[in-house]
Amino acid sequence: MFSPLIHALKLSRVMLSVYYAYMVEYRAELLFWVLSGTLPLILMGLWAEAAQSGQFALSATDFVRYFLAVFLVRQFTVVWVIWEFEREVVEGKLSPYLLQPVDPVWRHFFSHISERFARLPFALALVGLFVLLYPQAAWWPRWENGLLALLAITLAFGLRFLMQYTFALVAFWTERATALEQFWFLMYIFLSGMTAPLALFPDGVRAVVMWTPFPYLIYFPASLLTNQADHLIQSFGAMGLWGMVFFGINRWLWRRGLRHYSGMGA
Amino acid sequence: MGRYWQVLQLFWGTAIAAELEYRMNFVIAALTSVGGLAGSLFGLFLFYQADYQFQGWSWDEALLVLGMFTLLQGFSATLLIPNLNKIVTQVQEGTLDFVLLKPISSQFWLSTRLLSPWGLPDLVFGLLVIAYAGRHLDLSWMAYLRAVPPLVCGALSLYSLWFMLGATSIWFVKVYNVTEVLRGLLEAGRFPVVGYPVAYRIFFTFVIPVAFLTTIPAQAMLKPGSQGWLLASALLASALLWVANRFWRFALRFYTSASS
Repeated sequence: MFSPLIHALKLSRVMLSVYYAYMVEYRAELLFWVLSGTLPLILMGLWAEAAQSGQFALSATDFVRYFLAVFLVRQFTVVWVIWEFEREVVEGKLSPYLLQPVDPVWRHFFSHISERFARLPFALALVGLFVLLYPQAAWWPRWENGLLALLAITLAFGLRFLMQYTFALVAFWTERATALEQFWFLMYIFLSGMTAPLALFPDGVRAVVMWTPFPYLIYFPASLLTNQADHLIQSFGAMGLWGMVFFGINRWLWRRGLRHYSGMGA
Repeated sequence: MGRYWQVLQLFWGTAIAAELEYRMNFVIAALTSVGGLAGSLFGLFLFYQADYQFQGWSWDEALLVLGMFTLLQGFSATLLIPNLNKIVTQVQEGTLDFVLLKPISSQFWLSTRLLSPWGLPDLVFGLLVIAYAGRHLDLSWMAYLRAVPPLVCGALSLYSLWFMLGATSIWFVKVYNVTEVLRGLLEAGRFPVVGYPVAYRIFFTFVIPVAFLTTIPAQAMLKPGSQGWLLASALLASALLWVANRFWRFALRFYTSASS
């Protein structure tokens, strides 16, 4: 009765360890990945400086905390599945995976998860450096917020993965699915709260943005981490709703796409 | 020299022909540029909404910096990003051998092989933003001319940095994201460098010379008497070009080809 469950557990353990080993092999690459997420740290400097002379809703310390949290959240929600999936489809490498009795998505999923663990030490070292730079801003999230933030980050990663994988499926029809993701990523950068806390947005803009999935990917988990979150239930609800919408589209595209897939070069 | 020119024409002719196969991409690239510009403007607006301004930079002046940034972004999307991604693939698959065998400078081959028209919208929008801000500031045509030399120097510095990072692929092989690191740091160029705290300012002037890429050209448009900075940016560009070339030759000594 439990055998499917045991099977799934065993499968995930094997995949995790395989992909962890694979990730650690390219440590230099990993370090570069961590460094490439420095946009929040750059903006942290700008906003901290601005808050000292301008009239903003947040103080310099608030900004430093917020952007450190954003940096962390971003580190754990980085997703690149569309680039790999597009290559697999275009080069026909997807075909052998389709023969295996596991949905190909799990390979990508576990390679992302194990990369999180490999990345952790680098990311924490960078956060440590900035806490040294701004010692007055050091803080701990309250434990209940910390737990909720952990949940929110996990969900945010899941949602982002799901969205990108949905776009990736477009690769069955066009060879440049990544162009879609690039456009989506722009909105993500500007609307998720990565460039500025949503509290600074004009009210009208914020009201609209809250209906999109973006603020729940960065702003919401980050404000949980800095003990400033409100509307918890709505926010988790919005994540769930968007997740369901994308899951529906995703499965529909997958079924249609497989029928359309001819396996280039096969 | 004439031969290089001929080769360049062939390179770019084939590259454009290959990219034009994906015409829908042009629409998406244009949309992405518009979105990026709108986002940048919005980001800048957030700073200026509460009567704050970057020390000594009015809204229109800050727009000039943003325009320069967009221009350079277009430049890197056109020339730098496609070519450097190619270097990594070539090192990984060992096809760099074929490039090294050709009777032509390998640095030239690797830096100019591809040209992507998808950076064009960014170039156009960058010019538009500069022209818009320039009109508001009543700049003479001399001011626009003054911006050209530091901008060219900035582009050359950017190219050299990028090429050096690409060359590290000889040792680290999979460095697709090295370009992402640089791109991330260049994002700092959206804003005038005086907006940053002192430690950041030092970093962005002397370590990663972002200040020379966008702030200095904008400054050259606004203040006629900044020859010192122009000299500095010319020196920086030539030094970086020289170092990039040396570094590439040094790196090649460690190239062992794939599977050997």
